[in-house]
Amino acid sequence: MEHGALVLIEIGALILGIGLLSRLASRLGISPIPFILLAGLAFGEGGLFPFSQGEEFIEIGAEIGVILLLLMLGLEYTAQELVANLKGSRMAGLIDMLLNATPGALIALLLGWGPVAAVAMAGITWVSSSGVVAKMLQDLGRLTNRETPVVLSLLVIEDFAMAFYLPVLTALLIGTGLIAGTISVVIALLAVILILYVALRHGRLVSRLVWSREADVLLLSVLGLGLLVAGLAAGANVSSAVGAFLVGIAISGPAAKHAQRVLTPLRDLFAAVFFLFVGLSTDTGDLVPMLVPAVALAVVTMGTKLLTGYIAARRVGIAEPGRWRAGFALMPRGEFSIVIAGLAVAAGVDSSLAALATAYVLITMIAGPLLARIPDSRRFKLATKRIQANRRARQAA
Amino acid sequence: MPAHVERAELPGIGVRHDIVTDQGRRLSVLNLREGGRELALADVDDPDRASETIALTDDEATALSEVLGGSLILTQLAALQEQVAGLSIEQIPLRADSPFVGRPLGDTKARTRTRCSIVAIVRESTVLPAPGPADLFESGDTVVAVGTRDGLDHLVRIIAGTG
Repeated sequence: MEHGALVLIEIGALILGIGLLSRLASRLGISPIPFILLAGLAFGEGGLFPFSQGEEFIEIGAEIGVILLLLMLGLEYTAQELVANLKGSRMAGLIDMLLNATPGALIALLLGWGPVAAVAMAGITWVSSSGVVAKMLQDLGRLTNRETPVVLSLLVIEDFAMAFYLPVLTALLIGTGLIAGTISVVIALLAVILILYVALRHGRLVSRLVWSREADVLLLSVLGLGLLVAGLAAGANVSSAVGAFLVGIAISGPAAKHAQRVLTPLRDLFAAVFFLFVGLSTDTGDLVPMLVPAVALAVVTMGTKLLTGYIAARRVGIAEPGRWRAGFALMPRGEFSIVIAGLAVAAGVDSSLAALATAYVLITMIAGPLLARIPDSRRFKLATKRIQANRRARQAA
Repeated sequence: MPAHVERAELPGIGVRHDIVTDQGRRLSVLNLREGGRELALADVDDPDRASETIALTDDEATALSEVLGGSLILTQLAALQEQVAGLSIEQIPLRADSPFVGRPLGDTKARTRTRCSIVAIVRESTVLPAPGPADLFESGDTVVAVGTRDGLDHLVRIIAGTG
């Protein structure tokens, strides 16, 4: 068979496979991402059925997938919302970073991967998946709960922090000595602040530039602008993902709302390709020795997220059960962790890092939504009630 | 005694309004950004948690508010809102601690500051349509305003005395 036909057959079969897996995932009530990663592993290097054709499509598709993930994330928030959250929940965000980035950094140092990998691993364990958590809160009927704004504003801060973290990481990964490195970090951060300033002050202008009543015109202008800025950002070593994220933030109002609607199917397709790509490029041979560290890391960082949520909810006066719910909700890591791992490995950090990150994300993404149901159980409610009653008694005494 | 309404932003999702009743029950209305509403009733034992959540369509929400004593004018305005994209309507409660209790409508400078129009004042079960700048606010009034989403949010803050 000629090459073109083979490529179509392989890509078609893969996407169809992903479709079937996603159906299974939605039946089980969990995110399809873990399944797609597993499928990628099965077809990847050292997997069951090595995948040979259509690599180009998958590679470029994966890159577009990251850009679309970040662009859509930016569209969810307005610049004003980000700044307001940053002001309101600064302390909680800081606690979140300290508690959750540290275990990741430590494990990278313990495994002897060096300081740059430590920065990458710190990001991987720090950021919860806003997509998975928001979906989960909706599924569990917790959107109107009082602790939900606490959880969401932590997610917003984490996402926002990525705008600064990713450029720093990109600069570190390129790594050309102390002075050149510092210069590229400074340039990267200046670029982020500049785009952020444009988003805050002239968001209306950007929105008007892309706005159109026709769905196809809107799709092409938003996607084009997103890819263009992402490319320019990558050219300036700021990380393409951050460029796309900032474009998303700059677009607001009806333009953002409609753009979200027209871009969602594209995002779903290319994000799936991206997760598949990560699975494909992770060597299953690397995965097996990383299982034990991944489990250990998952247990530790699920604990630290629990603590983060508990503390953050307590600070705003949520009662005992709500604090636990906030903690459990924050557990799943996801797309950002994978994006970070992808960046790190593409830049030549130890390939075991991708394996560790993949295993880690698989564990937290599957365990997180299951564990999040614990605070709804009868036994847990009784236990938290007892804790609260005891505390009141102590305070009264 | 006017009801105390609390507002909380859910970034990326929508806005939640809470009413804590005299009996201590919390009632929440969630306006989702992508349209649609949820009505939730908090758990008796754990008031932070919703024990029951009901999704309402726009029509159902309008019907519910009418049953609860909303007036005809609101139905008409809700229809207007559907016709004109980008235009929203908000019912803003005037709480006892608002700086505008006992002051004329003109003092809010709503039109110049937020580009929103105050189209009606609902007082107990009567409606004062198309109020003028000299009409006085009373504690417990509901101010019905039409404008852009941002403008209305600004007006809510002005009326609460925080903007």
